[in-house]
Amino acid sequence: MSASTQTAPVREPLVGDEGGMGYLERLPRRLVTVYLPLLVFLFVLLFPFYWMAITSIKPNAQLTDYHNYSPFWVVDPTLDHIRYLLFETSYPGWLVNTMVVAVAATFVSLVTSVFAAYAIERLRFTGSRFVGLAIFLAYLVPPSILFIPLALMVFNFGIYDSKLALIFTYPTFLVPFCTWLLMGYFRSIPYELEECALIDGASRWQILVKVLLPLSVPGLISAGIFAFTLSWNEFIYALTFIASSENKTVPVGVLTELVRSDVYEWGSLMAGALIGSLPVVILYSFFVEHYVSSMTGAVKE
Amino acid sequence: MSVSADSIPAAPSSRWSLSRLAHDHNVLGLLFLLPAAAFLLVFLTYPLGLGVWLGFTDTRIGRSGVFIGLENYQLLWEDHIFWLSVFNTILYTTVASALKFGLGLWLALLLNERLPFKAFFRAIVLLPWVVPTVLSAIAFWWIYDAQFSIISWALIEIGLIDSNINFLGDATNARASVIAANVWRGIPFVAISLLAGLQTIPPSLHEAATLDGASSWQRFRHITLPMLTPIIAVVMTFSVLFTFTDFQLIYVLTRGGPLNATHLMATLSFQRAIPGGQLGEGAAIAVAMIPFLLAAILFSYFGLQRRRWQQGGAD
Repeated sequence: MSASTQTAPVREPLVGDEGGMGYLERLPRRLVTVYLPLLVFLFVLLFPFYWMAITSIKPNAQLTDYHNYSPFWVVDPTLDHIRYLLFETSYPGWLVNTMVVAVAATFVSLVTSVFAAYAIERLRFTGSRFVGLAIFLAYLVPPSILFIPLALMVFNFGIYDSKLALIFTYPTFLVPFCTWLLMGYFRSIPYELEECALIDGASRWQILVKVLLPLSVPGLISAGIFAFTLSWNEFIYALTFIASSENKTVPVGVLTELVRSDVYEWGSLMAGALIGSLPVVILYSFFVEHYVSSMTGAVKE
Repeated sequence: MSVSADSIPAAPSSRWSLSRLAHDHNVLGLLFLLPAAAFLLVFLTYPLGLGVWLGFTDTRIGRSGVFIGLENYQLLWEDHIFWLSVFNTILYTTVASALKFGLGLWLALLLNERLPFKAFFRAIVLLPWVVPTVLSAIAFWWIYDAQFSIISWALIEIGLIDSNINFLGDATNARASVIAANVWRGIPFVAISLLAGLQTIPPSLHEAATLDGASSWQRFRHITLPMLTPIIAVVMTFSVLFTFTDFQLIYVLTRGGPLNATHLMATLSFQRAIPGGQLGEGAAIAVAMIPFLLAAILFSYFGLQRRRWQQGGAD
């Protein structure tokens, strides 16, 4: 007992290694300057999710009756909204569509980006720096100025109202992003490894597949997860290029089919929003570190 | 590219020149780059040009148009809804970006403190950014409901207001509401990116400054902020760009209403082009965004970048 009370004050300064001399601040002060604002931030950032979740299991009678029931809680939770969503609407189909489109677009983008990033970063052909810059600029072109001409092209190609329209157009923002990210990742891998392989007579293809790619698995995961999330969340292309109900993606389907002008089914709307968010949230929860590194990696370069 | 392969003076056999070709960086580079380049040329560069061309035509859905010069732009010049949308877009971008920067930086500084469960907090904070915008916007739609808004209810219960707030039905309220929803979604990106920047600042700088008697504000102003400037420049460039071209949030919450008070250039462009069928005019509005975008990029990037080399950093 006495030993621990004696060592505590000695050890404390040693752990104050972040934020300068933060350990000098006493607890009441930290409570006001750090914990309280942080709690407010967390409350505001998370409340919409709580509200989404609680609404999706509230019986209709409680949804709008704030006098007899506390709006923040639910008395007899019901799965009616979720059952309605899954069995009486096209929602499961939209989930499948979104999954197919996101996986295909991510796969196509990753494969092309690996080659492009390798070419720009390692082969160092004439003008590779210029191409790298062009890739970065391509990333800055927003979908909101591309969707009109793309709609026309999609129509002329005869892929309007099909998943192909989305699989072909999503890489417009995925390829620049993935290439940029992988360029940064390849740069962090020592070139000497490749030189050794070159001297041993390996071809460029073998170097890429057997040396570089196994070393860049974390980078590939980062790029893949991020690309998948971006495709899952995409809205304006899916809204413009898809017309029939059975081809819609989750965001478009929920907004255009579940919202009817006369009556808002808030319960099933919120359930749709919640279930539509789950796949990316689950993916995110498994790969938080990759996710953060890909987001900050794209910014840091 | 093939020039360098041809210029090899004496290729004794085709086999040899072929293997030579396979080792040429330009040929190989082109080959590896081909899939991505072809994709981007067809689906990015070409539509960009096509969009500019469409802006000069009277194309409608189902009918190819003819060149009409600047007529679309003349129409827009006299169109007060267009100018309202320009004003709205600039207001939306400025206010939302400023708030995202201020609050994001604050949150980053909080998360950089010594905290229990730090990784957990950081993971949770990013959630609004991970969830599809449209789906979280639908949740905001319900939160902003005219009759059953939980915010109105809570404020009435506390006793701050007497009647429900008309969040999306009144011009000023609607603008504030969509900005709030945009800020909510944008804070995590700014905060987590800046947090990554904060973690690269060596703590010894702060310790040295503290020993010299610097206050916490002075340490923030003269150490944290200058060290963070390069990353702030990039983060805010991205943030401004994505806020300026925002479409989803407005489309879900207000569709530009009430009385076009929240129409952004992107939503107006969509409304004129797709439901309205006037592809040419919609494209012209989209093209009109480009100068603003370039200005925003140049301003936020070079404006902040300049300070970096003034401090003797690398270019």
